[in-house]
Amino acid sequence: MTLKMKLAGAASGLAIVVAATAAQADVLFWSTQAKPVEESQAMRDQVLSGHSEAVDYQPNDAGPWITRLQAELEAGTGTIAVLGGLHGDFSAMNPDDLVDLDDLGVMAASGTFNDLAKLGTDAMQYIPWMQASYIMAANKEALQYLPDGADINALSYDQLIEWTANVHEAVGEPKFGFPAGPKGLKHRFFQGYLYPSYTNGVVRTFASDDAVVAWEKMKELWAHTNPASTNFAFLQEQLLNGDAWIAFDHTSRLAAAFNERPDDFVAFPAPAGPTGRGFMPVLAGVAIPKTAPDMEAAKALVQYMLDPATQIATLKATNFFPVVDVELPSDLPPSVQAAGNAVAIMSASPDANPGLLPAGLGDKGGDFSRVYSDTFERIVLAGQDIRTVLDDQKKTLAAIMEESGAPCWAPDAPSEGACPVE
Amino acid sequence: MNARYLPYVMILPVTLFLCVFFIYPFVLVAQQAFSVDGSWSLANFQEVVGYWKFPISMKNTLLLALAVVPVQVILALTMATMVTKMKTGRDIVLYIWTIPLGISDLAAGIIWLAIFEQSGFLNSMMHGLGMVDRPVNFLTYQNPGIVFLAIALAEIWRATAIMLVILVAGMGLIPKEYYEAAEVFGASPWKRFLRITLPMLRPSLQTALILRVILAFEIFAVVQALGGTLFPVLMGSVYEYQFDLLNSGAAAAIALIILVISIGFTLLILRALRVPKGATI
Amino acid sequence: MSDVAAQTPRDTRSAGRFLYVAGVVFLVAWVLVPLYFLLINTLSSPDAVNSFPKSFIPEFDMGSLQFFAGFEGMLGALWNSAVVAAITMVISITISAPAGYALSRFHFPGKYLFRLLILLTRAFPLPLLALPLAVMFIRTGLDDTVFGLALVHTTLAIPFAVLITYSLFSGIPMELEEAAWTLGCTRVTAFTKVILPLILPGIAASAIFAFVISWNEVFAAAVLTIENRTLTAFLLQNLDTSPLHLKFAGGFILVVPALIFIFAVRKYLFAMWGIANR
Repeated sequence: MTLKMKLAGAASGLAIVVAATAAQADVLFWSTQAKPVEESQAMRDQVLSGHSEAVDYQPNDAGPWITRLQAELEAGTGTIAVLGGLHGDFSAMNPDDLVDLDDLGVMAASGTFNDLAKLGTDAMQYIPWMQASYIMAANKEALQYLPDGADINALSYDQLIEWTANVHEAVGEPKFGFPAGPKGLKHRFFQGYLYPSYTNGVVRTFASDDAVVAWEKMKELWAHTNPASTNFAFLQEQLLNGDAWIAFDHTSRLAAAFNERPDDFVAFPAPAGPTGRGFMPVLAGVAIPKTAPDMEAAKALVQYMLDPATQIATLKATNFFPVVDVELPSDLPPSVQAAGNAVAIMSASPDANPGLLPAGLGDKGGDFSRVYSDTFERIVLAGQDIRTVLDDQKKTLAAIMEESGAPCWAPDAPSEGACPVE
Repeated sequence: MNARYLPYVMILPVTLFLCVFFIYPFVLVAQQAFSVDGSWSLANFQEVVGYWKFPISMKNTLLLALAVVPVQVILALTMATMVTKMKTGRDIVLYIWTIPLGISDLAAGIIWLAIFEQSGFLNSMMHGLGMVDRPVNFLTYQNPGIVFLAIALAEIWRATAIMLVILVAGMGLIPKEYYEAAEVFGASPWKRFLRITLPMLRPSLQTALILRVILAFEIFAVVQALGGTLFPVLMGSVYEYQFDLLNSGAAAAIALIILVISIGFTLLILRALRVPKGATI
Repeated sequence: MSDVAAQTPRDTRSAGRFLYVAGVVFLVAWVLVPLYFLLINTLSSPDAVNSFPKSFIPEFDMGSLQFFAGFEGMLGALWNSAVVAAITMVISITISAPAGYALSRFHFPGKYLFRLLILLTRAFPLPLLALPLAVMFIRTGLDDTVFGLALVHTTLAIPFAVLITYSLFSGIPMELEEAAWTLGCTRVTAFTKVILPLILPGIAASAIFAFVISWNEVFAAAVLTIENRTLTAFLLQNLDTSPLHLKFAGGFILVVPALIFIFAVRKYLFAMWGIANR
């Protein structure tokens, strides 16, 4: 009896399959961004609902994202119309698998971004879609412990360390939060913030004496860092529950704190070191795989994403900022206002030392980041000798640069051929 | 039908099914492990084994399996015995004990992190009872023992039900006459358990143990939630190679290493708990 | 072989009784308390989820659940999940039970190899196999169908189904079957009339595993379904990046249907006890 019912269920399931495939397919937007459920819901309701065609927005982890894409490319036919991803997601791909987008007539306001989007070819392989950065955020409770004379909008690393030490002493426990969990973006802190601020480079200066100083500072900072940071990946959680009072993270990974309790937190620029205030952008783009089922619909969607009104809606939905010139409205959510301010101050600061995104690493981008994460784990968590670790990891880094042939990017001095590790 | 061919006819559907949906993709993936740029090579294995975290991941995975699985066997046996003895409320107790089965390992990780994190439930409880003045930070690199314990507890909570269900189903098959006879001869409950339950349960115990051990080597989501970067395990590196480093050859190589370990342990268990044919009693 | 323990004094027996009840209560609490925490956090406002010390009584704030209720496509995804799980259950039991029977009753060349094949299936991570499977599915038109996804989930459920039915068949004495033959049953009728009722707990256990495996599987579901995605692919894949209160609510929503299913099947696990005094 029950078996019969189950079979009936299976049969009706098959009927659904047939019915579903007959339905009109929406334009499939396959993305690694705006994954948190609230953001993806906002993308659907507030951003994509304005497009003339129905869009199916599906955000995924990198695993399913790349697997599905590879399968469609290999099979030669697909359902994905538009890809959304970070610069790094696209630079790991073969440019031949992406459709050239020069003829769309849309691009970012920044020439640097447009160049990055060419992925080393002559034509735009993806269109810059939105940008973000990493900033600092603090609970207002912590402000009273700021070192004397320190300006929160122009902190140095030494002042940050002193500040976290003051908090540590006053509260009795370390309250700096750092995204060192498996899904945390700690490597970006080393690549875009610590290294540029102390060595004015990322690759060339990897094992320099200045780098030794940088890691010593990192160890000092770590002494006042919540040791549970090795589980942290979205510092908004720790800011909200009070496990961290001062934190570094991606703007969109701090957003919930500002949106839920706007009066309790402040956002401010990353600190500066001897060689300036290093910081780094996050660039997301949209691209079209060569297997897109309906090329015209896909291109229309990409154009729609670059429309100024869409860009503002995207900003509200995802906390990623526009890449085209738009006038920002005044009714932005608190997280966007706070982050926007901090980024603006950071870029306008006299000692700003902006870094670029790694380019030309191809599918070695993951290995490149692992060098920095491993260095952190060995020096800071395992307490190994800094010089020994740097000399050891330097070999791995040099091999990656040589194999990928990637030239240096700012703030490293330009190179001919692969960027050397000095 | 000729009885000689009967077993083959009976295993044919499953075999065909697995050939299409498992063996075929498996062979394609396994090839990648043994080749670099299209030619035969062991470089992938050298790469993954040579990585500094590999011995740590290996040690963590094995230690965790060795710590968790025996506890689960004992716990599942205890629970199954308790259930069979129960006169009232058996249904509901068994139901409650099987609940964790329905919980995905990702959700289990979320739940247990909520317990152990600094502002979590355990600290709230200890704080409420006045045992601590300020919340204790359990999951940090200074306390590797507590991190290990937390992961082990979460795993025991989540995955004991798998064994329980198999053992309960198996215990139901043991005829009551054996117990009645043993009672007549005055055997203590403990003796009855040792002399009747355990031997009669051997097929189920073997199955439960094999499935559990194999799953123990694939542990990942719970470990990542609680251990963060502090407790690397082999399965974590499979995903790291495949999806972060986009190195499917290396990912396949580690997966094959896990496979070999799993098969090794399976053979051990099969040997230790050999099941007599047809269970002649 | 008489034993002294047979004359247990009354007070040790009641002490044992107490220990037994305490053990059951403790183990019930051990399972339920973490689930209760999940419930508290599901029914709490974002503020309460982040507060310290945590309250141990839910405040019945439905905000997080309402958020998911407003999610477009939830019902469709729920239905897809149920259908995939049902198909997985039917196929895996139908093709696995005969194999389990063959393993328990016959010695045949290649038996060992077959068992290893079954176990290999479980010992290799599915996310690595997803790429070739997806290519195959796209080429054959199985892509983005609940039936195709159910086939992959069946692969995951087969080791459980084969091995559990095998171990339970092994627990049924051969003599029982032989007796049925001598009483005029054919191999087939002996199976359906005598063995099948006895194997019901095994079927129930396999069904639970098949259902739960299919219900909680994320990776293949995310890669192989686009329009017809399952609830898990719909919710779970992005849970770990979502704010805390939604993490818990999403986890809760996923747990509930699985619990209802296990509740419905649990009594078959005990099917044997009714006829145990055979």
